[in-house]
Amino acid sequence: MMVSFLIAAVGAAMPLLYATMGELITEKAGNLNLGVEGMMLMGAVMGFSVGLHTGNPYLALLASLIAGAIGAAIYAVLTVSLMSNQVVTGLTLTIFGTGFSSFVGEGFMGTAAPAGIKALSTKIAIPGLYQIPVLGPILFHQDILVYTGYIMVIIVAIYLNKTKMGLNLRAVGENAAAADASGINVSFYKYAHIIVGGAMCGLGGAYMSLVTVPVWQANVVAGRGWIAVALVIFASWKPWKALVGAFVFGGLNILGLRLQSMGIHISQYLVDMLPYAATILIVIISTRKNRKEDMNPADLGVSYFREER
Amino acid sequence: MLKVNKRAELPKDREAIIRVGAILCSIVCAGIVLAVMGFNPIQVFREIILGAFGTQMRIQQTVVKAIPLVVTSLGILVAFKMKFWNIGGEGQIMMGAFGAALVALNLPSTLPMPVMLLCMAIVAIVFGGIWAFIPAYFKAKFNTNETIFTLMMNYIAIKWVTYLQFGPWKDPASQGFPRIATFSDNAVMPKLFGIHIGWIIALALVAIIYVFINHTKKGYEITVVGESLETARYAGMNINSIIITAMLISGGLCGLTGMIQASAIEKTLTANISNNYGFTAIITTWLSRLSAPIILVVCIVFAGLLQGGAYLQIAMQVPASVADMIQGIILFFVLGSEFFLQYKVSFAKSEKTTIKEVA
Repeated sequence: MMVSFLIAAVGAAMPLLYATMGELITEKAGNLNLGVEGMMLMGAVMGFSVGLHTGNPYLALLASLIAGAIGAAIYAVLTVSLMSNQVVTGLTLTIFGTGFSSFVGEGFMGTAAPAGIKALSTKIAIPGLYQIPVLGPILFHQDILVYTGYIMVIIVAIYLNKTKMGLNLRAVGENAAAADASGINVSFYKYAHIIVGGAMCGLGGAYMSLVTVPVWQANVVAGRGWIAVALVIFASWKPWKALVGAFVFGGLNILGLRLQSMGIHISQYLVDMLPYAATILIVIISTRKNRKEDMNPADLGVSYFREER
Repeated sequence: MLKVNKRAELPKDREAIIRVGAILCSIVCAGIVLAVMGFNPIQVFREIILGAFGTQMRIQQTVVKAIPLVVTSLGILVAFKMKFWNIGGEGQIMMGAFGAALVALNLPSTLPMPVMLLCMAIVAIVFGGIWAFIPAYFKAKFNTNETIFTLMMNYIAIKWVTYLQFGPWKDPASQGFPRIATFSDNAVMPKLFGIHIGWIIALALVAIIYVFINHTKKGYEITVVGESLETARYAGMNINSIIITAMLISGGLCGLTGMIQASAIEKTLTANISNNYGFTAIITTWLSRLSAPIILVVCIVFAGLLQGGAYLQIAMQVPASVADMIQGIILFFVLGSEFFLQYKVSFAKSEKTTIKEVA
């Protein structure tokens, strides 16, 4: 019972994990993109649409990456080059993405993804790791996107902490003026990470529409983009904590229903409050402790204009 | 080589050209998107305008949609003036509606209507205010990040109301359908000229907030705190108290929106009563450049787009979501155009000459 719950929790965590990692690197570049929900929906609908028409799961995933990246690129042009307000621009992206996905998806509402797409949901056991007691079946008997998710966390963690580019990126997010003075191309770093981050959000959306419930339904992402925004803060901008946080929040997402099937009547809606309440607590605690390494990048949300430094 | 400079001040006519230009560009761009998707863009735009303003009834519908936007935007305005990024309008609306429902469902249905509505409004304002007070308190006390805090508060409020609707407040008379009991008649706002009296409240509030921000001491203090904390501190203002007062007003107005929607539109409390007004209002407030009278205009245009989009679905079988998309495209262009209002882009003559001058 417990194990089956945890296996399901890992699946529920994946859309959150992709979107959270995407938003994490975006915020590391100093940009708060509140368009996560919109980009996830764009990825979800384009992934589903291409999957439906080609039957090829990999083309579908590629389409979702591109759709998320395009959404993020619009945001990047506005906030980086045209220095518009990041909160307002992000919210606009969410409105646009939501409209875009309902509009494109109107034609195939309620349609199931073709058989070829099922390849994405096939559970694969990793030899060796699968033998680990308890953890093995939970973490290492999953679909392919779960494994790419793990790899993504490792890559992002190494990138941020051990590479020169990652160090430069953090400099851009902490103090764009200083980064610029030291010869880092601030605009390039912002653009690159916002766009890659958007692509990851798009993939998170596609996980919802192609793997979690492979039938198209309007507003399939259902607020997970906002949980991802919360998760970045919950994880204090650290990839490893984001992985753990995604498991916890993913588990909470399905906990209420499981408890009810066990005869314990706690409303799913009350359980759903926990991620947000926990995030608020973490924001308060990290601010009070004033621990620099747990706080947001110092230049988060601030437009950088060279002549004003 | 492109060179960007900050503008000193822009003549009014140039500003108008840039703004109109941005909207025209966005309409052309939206038209291209529509054409690619196989619709006749001119017909779509015509139907949207007709749907929003074509008949008296449609104009009334547009006004009904504008009311919550105006009231919420005014609330957001007070917070934004202070550079307090209140993106918790959704939650504050929800809690206001919850407060109003708490009153409407528990006070006797024999109570005179004005008393009932007044009680609902007061409790709604208090509840919305409390929901904004919590992040404001932590901001004032510990300097927590209000953007994140208010955003999270939205979802707690929405889940709370959803819980009530599907759980303890579910109307036993609704035969298993998850809805909360309908308000009695004395808790429903009356109509004047075919539109519920929320429009009078909205108009009055536009005037009140305009005067409050521009012609009162408290309003001035809020503006100063927004422009420079140092100045405010140097002038001996009590910053914490200003932040908390402003947020109580901001959340209170959002709460009032919740009461208006619960009383006049839904006639009960539902989990989708906030209907994204809290987020849309952030955009309308920003586009109005924090001016109460302009908020009125922007909100009517936005409401027209919403109403026109709904009509489009009936008239042309185009999904109503197309209006969201067009809205998004227009906003992208308007947001982008603000750059050209503040900065001047010119071709720098050559990099070399600059270096020579320095040498």
